[in-house]
Amino acid sequence: MSAQAATAHTTRSLGSVEKGETLLEIRNLKKYFAVTEGAVVHRTVGDIKAVDDVSFTIRKGETLGLVGESGCGKTTTGRCILQLERPTAGEIVFEGTNLERLDQKAMIPMRQKMQVIFQDPYSSLNPRMKIGEILGEPMRVHGIQPDRAKRHKRVAELLGVCGLNPKFADRYPHEMSGGQRQRVGIARALCLNPDFIICDEAVSALDVSIQAQVINLLEDLREEFDLTYLFIAHDLSVVHHLCNRVAVMYLGKVMELAESDELFDHPMHPYTRALLSAVPVADPKIEAERQHQVLPGEVPSPINPPRGCVFHPRCPLAVDSCRAEIPPLRELRTGHWVACTQV
Amino acid sequence: MAKLLEIEHLHTQFFTSAGVVEAVNDVSYDVEEGETLGLVGESGCGKSVSALSVLRLISWPPGRIVGGSIRFLGKDLLKLSDAEIRRVRGRQIAMVFQEPMTSLNPVLTIGLQITETLEHHLGMSGAQANARAVELLGMVGISDPERRLKQYPHHLSGGMRQRVMIALALSCEPKLIIADEPTTALDVTIQAQILELMKDLSKRLGVALIIITHNLGVVARYADRVNVMYAGKIVEEGTADQIYHNPHHPYTLGLLASVPRMDQHRGKRLVPIDGQPPDLTKLDNGCAYRPRCRWAIDRCANGIPSLEHVGNGQKAACFRSHELGDEARAVS
Repeated sequence: MSAQAATAHTTRSLGSVEKGETLLEIRNLKKYFAVTEGAVVHRTVGDIKAVDDVSFTIRKGETLGLVGESGCGKTTTGRCILQLERPTAGEIVFEGTNLERLDQKAMIPMRQKMQVIFQDPYSSLNPRMKIGEILGEPMRVHGIQPDRAKRHKRVAELLGVCGLNPKFADRYPHEMSGGQRQRVGIARALCLNPDFIICDEAVSALDVSIQAQVINLLEDLREEFDLTYLFIAHDLSVVHHLCNRVAVMYLGKVMELAESDELFDHPMHPYTRALLSAVPVADPKIEAERQHQVLPGEVPSPINPPRGCVFHPRCPLAVDSCRAEIPPLRELRTGHWVACTQV
Repeated sequence: MAKLLEIEHLHTQFFTSAGVVEAVNDVSYDVEEGETLGLVGESGCGKSVSALSVLRLISWPPGRIVGGSIRFLGKDLLKLSDAEIRRVRGRQIAMVFQEPMTSLNPVLTIGLQITETLEHHLGMSGAQANARAVELLGMVGISDPERRLKQYPHHLSGGMRQRVMIALALSCEPKLIIADEPTTALDVTIQAQILELMKDLSKRLGVALIIITHNLGVVARYADRVNVMYAGKIVEEGTADQIYHNPHHPYTLGLLASVPRMDQHRGKRLVPIDGQPPDLTKLDNGCAYRPRCRWAIDRCANGIPSLEHVGNGQKAACFRSHELGDEARAVS
């Protein structure tokens, strides 16, 4: 009890991170999932290295993009930050508190500060709850708005902020379109006044015209409530538009990390280059002139990732040493980190 | 070039408990031999249904093609008997679906699924079909084809399965392939591989291609001509260049302004289209885009604009398309 009170106290005193200072730090994060065999006695026969030694920081007020293809570990990284998965190794430090050292109870006040918006607005809202209940429940659970009438008022306010009619509080999710549901998902993430929101493919399931509405909403909310986002996505155009800095992941590792403009204008890692060249631009004239570098092969299995640099089997620049040694992330230009020895 | 497919005044409707959904509402378009046509629009705009209608793959109930004609090499596909349309499906017009896991049979080997098609449509013997299947898998870039033929779909990755689907589609040397969101389920680097492959094969073999997608980038890179659909209708039609650089319909313009682009300055705010697509059971006598349109005038409520020529073969379905063309150019 006293430990909890102490933690709550420290988090409060440490809670005032100024804009531009480090809000979240991830150090050498690893998450391995055991691959088991046998129906009765489960023998561990290998590990899926979903996240393998990832480090980065997020500054207060910025939006960090985490991009990569399916299975690169971007979602698992997000889930580890939220403590929805216990990391295999590594540290996650949020506002000066090491989350790995907290027990379930001490984690509760931290959860208020970190929220998440999921990809699929169809499966992430309980179909049996009215929108008002979905938004009211977190406030009740965390005891920040015990009064029912005030809670209703707050729900109406949140719906308004997210561009929805307050009358939607009495509706069920199935009565709403995908775009509207995603706005509810955003309202739910906001209802505890968090500092930090993980957007896990938050706009990927939406149609283009609706996607633009939600992107603009996320931008407005970031301004209005001083939010910090970790924006996990596979759509590079959206990431380019929304993020200040971008980390590119491949097979559980960060390959490149830089300011958004720097990364998109001067990609250095061969994987980032291939990724950018693979994204078609909505302009036939530019497309006709662009070089299309098609990356051969597919992402290898994370159960037996390649030795050395995980990208070497598909890499146009690979040399012998890439097969043996894991390239460290090096700062090649100010703030531009690349995990490749050949650039 | 000769017309391969001519769709005229196609109406496909779904009869649901909520009412009649006019999924495809008076749609007409042509596909010429060997060209790549892009069909773009958002979910529910009727792009897939219009393509499924070509092969009469609309199941009744609840869906039915209620009017129009679909002429393929001069024959009206809507007038063929069931046996006759089966000889067209796969043989002359093939289809590649979005989800390669659900469109391949999970309990049959890859080899059996390809050879079955060859034996059925082309009357090949088992040995001939097997040899041809090996050749086809090689053509779509699958290594070690003999071994792959004995494998099941779950042995393959998403990209590999989509290659198998393309091999299947090509197996009978069709004149037209309809690809319904062929790469939506795939990662970007794999998407690029598959699209390059399709483009290359269609050029080399002279197969016409209809690519159905919501991705404006994919259309810009691969399509010769583009049809933009909204609420069951084609609202604009033109070459890729015309659609992207000289749009004449407010919806096309709206779509282009909503997509974030990697080649543009980051700080630029997106201009979304307000509101939502209409309920297709409750369409009125006006333009369906009117409630979301910044250019709407009184006239738009009293009459549905038809697809009219706006110059150089480009067509748009908007009463104000001529004014819009100038304004759109000024904006972009």
